[in-house]
Parts: sequence; structure tokens; C-alpha cells
Amino acid sequence: MKEESLWYIFINASLISNFVLAYFLGICPFLGVSGKMETATKMGGAVMFVMLISSMCAYGIHALLVAINAPFLQLISYIVVIASTVQLVEMFIKKMSPALFRALGIFLPLITTNCAILGLALFQTNKGYGFIESIVYALGAGAGFMLALVLIAGLREQLNFADVPGIVKGTALTLLIAGILSLSFMGFAGLGL
Amino acid sequence: MSSKIGDKTDSRFLDSLQGSPSTDEFIKGLWRDNPVFVQVLGMCPVLAVSNTAENALAMGLATAFVLLMSNILVSSLRNFIPKQVRIASYILIIATFVTITDYMIQAISIDLHKALGAFISLIVVNCLILSRAEAFASKNTIGRSILDALGMGVGFTFALFCLGAVREIIGNGTFFGLMLFPDGFQEWIVMILPAGGFFTLAVWLLIFNAIKERRLKS
Repeated sequence: MKEESLWYIFINASLISNFVLAYFLGICPFLGVSGKMETATKMGGAVMFVMLISSMCAYGIHALLVAINAPFLQLISYIVVIASTVQLVEMFIKKMSPALFRALGIFLPLITTNCAILGLALFQTNKGYGFIESIVYALGAGAGFMLALVLIAGLREQLNFADVPGIVKGTALTLLIAGILSLSFMGFAGLGL
Repeated sequence: MSSKIGDKTDSRFLDSLQGSPSTDEFIKGLWRDNPVFVQVLGMCPVLAVSNTAENALAMGLATAFVLLMSNILVSSLRNFIPKQVRIASYILIIATFVTITDYMIQAISIDLHKALGAFISLIVVNCLILSRAEAFASKNTIGRSILDALGMGVGFTFALFCLGAVREIIGNGTFFGLMLFPDGFQEWIVMILPAGGFFTLAVWLLIFNAIKERRLKS
């Protein structure tokens, strides 16, 4: 695969350098909302949407900041855009599905502080992606995040029936599974070269 | 959420430590409410940059600095920030200090800046800092907020260092870049890879849980 092809960007963002399992971005929701398959899927969808919007905005902001020569405003303006997008999604979900709104709980406004989204905006700027490339990168990252979340939710649902020692229950167990998942995702590294 | 559990399980331990309330603000971040091992906050940098002890220490100190400065500012502005826009204002305050830190590290050591990469910028979205601003600094005086930030910052740095040291020693055979083992030592490469981060943190959490459980029983 050629490194600049859109397909490569998508596969790279979703599998080879999966945001959760290879870059450790978005671990908080990954540990917090991955208890149930249904919530995990919807959380993944919400994050993907916010990623897409903020990636497009980040492209515009970066162009503007380069034009006025103020790179130190990058971080501040990115986070403001992300926070407003999350607010928008929150209002939308509250209106459309109050049940989902309750299920996501505190983790919905916390998408703002999801490192995966700010990380995405920063990485695409560092890599110098164009507009179309940025969108594909955001889609890939979102798909990868959702994949990781759904995988771990499925595993945790099964593990509820397992009899594990008391001290392993909870976060420690989730981290152990995440480690094994991360090991298996390393297998995708071969796709890149 | 998790801090409540910490309050319940370790209240007896706390009683034995409690000298005066102000020392408690400092002590609680070190052990009872340790941001990483007990509250499980700010996981992303903990896992990502803890591949060597040096990176881990630098990251911990940078985060502690941002935490301290933002706690001071949030706490001194707590009567002026309207309730509706408080989270947005906190994030802006934090982002400002992170930008300062980013440029400072770049000025001090380019190599370190490269090693930490985007994770310096990502301190902005470290849940630990926002949660301290919201849960503590916005309700308490400047003095208490400083103590709280120092305790949490030291606790966070300590936790990062625990992870970084283990991963560097086992995964690379070195400690702060110094060789520890003779030539025959076979490094566990997996420990410096992402998977090793998950495993090491899981093991540390297990140790903490085991200690806690033993204390509850006795």
C-alpha cells in the first residue's frame, strides 16, 4: 500500500495504530463505558461524530492560525471547538433519546476531555493532512475507537459470569484484557509495510 | 465515583494519619485518593509515556505544574466565574498553562519534547486536572487548593514513576539510561510496547487492591 493513499490512512488510523490500543488515547471512556455492549456502541458512534466535526474544524483553524502567524493559540482554539461540538451532540442526544442520555451519564460531557479527539486534531496537523485526508483519518480513528470499545465490552459481558478473585475484579481485569487485545492488535503492524 | 470507594475502605487508615485538616489535603493525594491507583484518572499519559523512568518523571512533573497553576487560578477566580460557563473557563485556564509548559519544555530540552510528543499538549484533556478544578479548587481557598494540587501532583508523579521504572528495568534492562544487568540479560520487549503498559498498570492495581484488602481484614 502506498503511504499517501486514503485507504492506507484509514487502515492505519483504525487498525495499525489503533488510537486506544496502540496510542493509549481515550482510555477513560474505554474503561468507564465498556461494561455493556449497547452503551459501548452508542458511545463509539458519538465519539466518531465528534471526531469528524472537530477534525474538519481543526483543519480550518490550522489554516487560519498559519495565516495570522499565531501557532500558540492552536491548543486553546482546538479545545474550544471540541467543547462546543460535544455540547451540540449532548443537546441532540438529550432531545432524541433521553434513555441513551441517562445511560451515557457523565461520560457524555466528558467526551470533551477525551484525549482521542484532541489527539486526532493534533496528529492530523503534525502529519500535514489535507482536507479529504483529515476526514478519512477522523473516520478511521473513530472506527478504531468503536472497534476497541465494542471488543472490550463483549469480553467484559462474558467475564461477568466468570468467577475471578476479589482483588482482580474491576479495573485491573479490564486492563489485563486490554493488554491482551493490544498484543493481538500488534499483529496488524504487518499491514503497514 | 471511585473516590467515594476510597473514602469508605480506607477511612480507618485516614484516621490514623489525620493530624490537622490541612496536612490531610496534602496526604490524601499521595495514598488514599491517589489519582492513578485509586481514582484511575488521567490514564492516557500514564500508559503512553511511562516507557522509561525519565519520561515518566518529566511527564509527572509537567502535569503537576499545570495542576498547581490551574488550581491556584481557578480557586482565586472561584467567586467571579459564572456557574454556567465554569467548565469552559477551567479548560481555557488549563489550556493556557499547558501551552506555557509546552514551550518551556521545548526551551529546556528538545530531546525530551520529542520523546513526550503530543502528550504534553494532551495534558489539557487529563481528567485529573479538570476534576480537581471542578471538585476541589472551585470550592476551597487558595491555600487549601495549593496543598491539594501538590498532593495530587506528587501522587500522580509517584504513580507514573512506579510504572516507568518497572517498564524500563524489565523492558530495556536500564534505569535512567544506566545499564543494570550483565550482557546475557534478555529484555522483555513487550514491556516497552503498548501492551506492557496495560499489564504493568494492571499488576500495580492488583498490588494496591491486595494491600487494601489485607488492611480491611486485619
